[in-house]
Amino acid sequence: MSEMIPILEARGISKYFGAVTALENVNLRLMPGEVLGVVGDNGAGKSTLMKILAGLYQPSKGELLAQGQPVHFRSPKDARDRGIEMVYQELALAGNLRIDENIFLGREQMRRLWGVVPLVDHTANAARAQEHLDKLRIRVKSVRQRVEELSGGQRQAVAIARATAFDARVVIMDEPTAALAIKEVGKVLDLVKDLKNHGIGVIFISHRLDDIFYVCDRVMALFHGRNFAEAPLGQSSRNEVIGWIMGNKTGTGIKPAADLN
Amino acid sequence: MATSTAELPESTRDKSLTVRIIPFVDRYGALLLVGVMGFVSYLLEPDVFLTWGNISNIFRQISFNAILAIGEFIVIVTAGIDLSVGSVLALAMMTTAVMTRDGYPLPLLIVAPFIVGIASGIVNGLGLTKLHLPHPFIMTLGTLNIARGLTNLISGGVPISGLPDAVRWMGASDIRIFNLDVPVSIFVIAITYFIVWIFLQHTRTGRHIYAIGGNPQAARVSGINVDRTLVLAYALCGMLAGFSGLLLAGRTNSGFPNAGLGQELDAISAVIIGGASFFGGRGTVLGVFAGALVIGLMRNVLNLHNVPVFWQQVLIGVVIIAVVYLDVLRRRAGSANA
Repeated sequence: MSEMIPILEARGISKYFGAVTALENVNLRLMPGEVLGVVGDNGAGKSTLMKILAGLYQPSKGELLAQGQPVHFRSPKDARDRGIEMVYQELALAGNLRIDENIFLGREQMRRLWGVVPLVDHTANAARAQEHLDKLRIRVKSVRQRVEELSGGQRQAVAIARATAFDARVVIMDEPTAALAIKEVGKVLDLVKDLKNHGIGVIFISHRLDDIFYVCDRVMALFHGRNFAEAPLGQSSRNEVIGWIMGNKTGTGIKPAADLN
Repeated sequence: MATSTAELPESTRDKSLTVRIIPFVDRYGALLLVGVMGFVSYLLEPDVFLTWGNISNIFRQISFNAILAIGEFIVIVTAGIDLSVGSVLALAMMTTAVMTRDGYPLPLLIVAPFIVGIASGIVNGLGLTKLHLPHPFIMTLGTLNIARGLTNLISGGVPISGLPDAVRWMGASDIRIFNLDVPVSIFVIAITYFIVWIFLQHTRTGRHIYAIGGNPQAARVSGINVDRTLVLAYALCGMLAGFSGLLLAGRTNSGFPNAGLGQELDAISAVIIGGASFFGGRGTVLGVFAGALVIGLMRNVLNLHNVPVFWQQVLIGVVIIAVVYLDVLRRRAGSANA
């Protein structure tokens, strides 16, 4: 029975920025171990929806449920406390800090000098970071490298490691492959599959349909801030999904969506 | 195919050489500069430069700028700047002098400059984070004037001399170790720098200060309270400026309204020469020490040569530009090989 409860659900979410409607009555369900692809044109409301799920924005209307419980996130920290983590599009890593420091930024393990002075336990954090990277099969020369010394793919991997370092149940990824070289994309996608195998639910935003079709179980499309279409990947084709992004359901993907304006 | 494999080893060797040199320069560049400066000073003044009297004099002279600079450094790591430190130094110094004249007890005299400094720093920090003034430059330019004005208001614009022995001891005395008279200033610098190093490298707040300087967005989404951390950074900078004022009061046995005029620029220079970046997140405590020492050595050798103080200013300006330019070259080489 518990298998049937979504780990994360959004019901009737609307978001207004002044007079602008970014989202209108949007629904979303994510099951444990499921990879949900979210597609849509620029400005369709994908990023806004994700920021609401991650606690960065508050919805104007609608409710969020985590494991069937209504939740109100006032900050990313609230969302994180419920196991919902986001890997940000702009790669929210501090390049001047080491890998282990980035993974545990804001959640460092501490020790006490002479039982009084609280200091960051760099040794323990480095060991935990290494252990966690090993679990995810992410290979770096040393966790003591600065993040700015890494390639784009390695940085993305560190960002994902960071998101999953503390019992994440849901990982939201906003265009995780957009800035990567082709050969690094595959590694990140395999990492997503690993997360799935660990029972983590993943919401995967991408413009790249190759990526969507490679990792996702189900895909949903937003159009002009509304739910537009949704289907398990086995039951939809690439052309159909392209059509959704452009706002038509005829399945050709090339018909201009003039009637929608 | 054959040519590309033949070329490969050479380029790999070049890369590894640069890769090995850059971290070394990163870490010890400023100390190398101190070494070079010291050597040049020695060549110019072989009879005087290495005498203990001269060396301890250098440390006495740099002490208050070194303390000012390490506070400024904390703020610069957050990608900020504090222009008010020279004025805050004067206000703290004058507060102590006025309180001495009015007969307040010693513990209060010693605590007061710290409180003045912390308060000024909190004002800077709150102005930046709560009033959302566009850049710390603006806020601290304001407090630069406010603190200087207050200094003149509380003193009537005239110097006030006479401070308790304990304050003078900290700023001007020596401790005799074996047969050397070691200035108390050396210990003051060493202890302060050590504490700041522990703070920045090993406490959570210290690491968050670096994170904010590296990527404020990352810090924010990591749940770091960026505003509170910034206020703290400015408060610490102010506190160290206040401490510096206390040291200068002890050294000169007085409070004078023009103290620390333009000193914020020397403090900033020391930080930048020491390898910190104006864009934040970069630099080391050791580097700041080296930066302060480089300025001190330059002043010292120029004084020994009777070079007019105006030329000293010109030369310090040249060194700042040269050092930062070298840094730019180094980064360019670094990124080309990354």
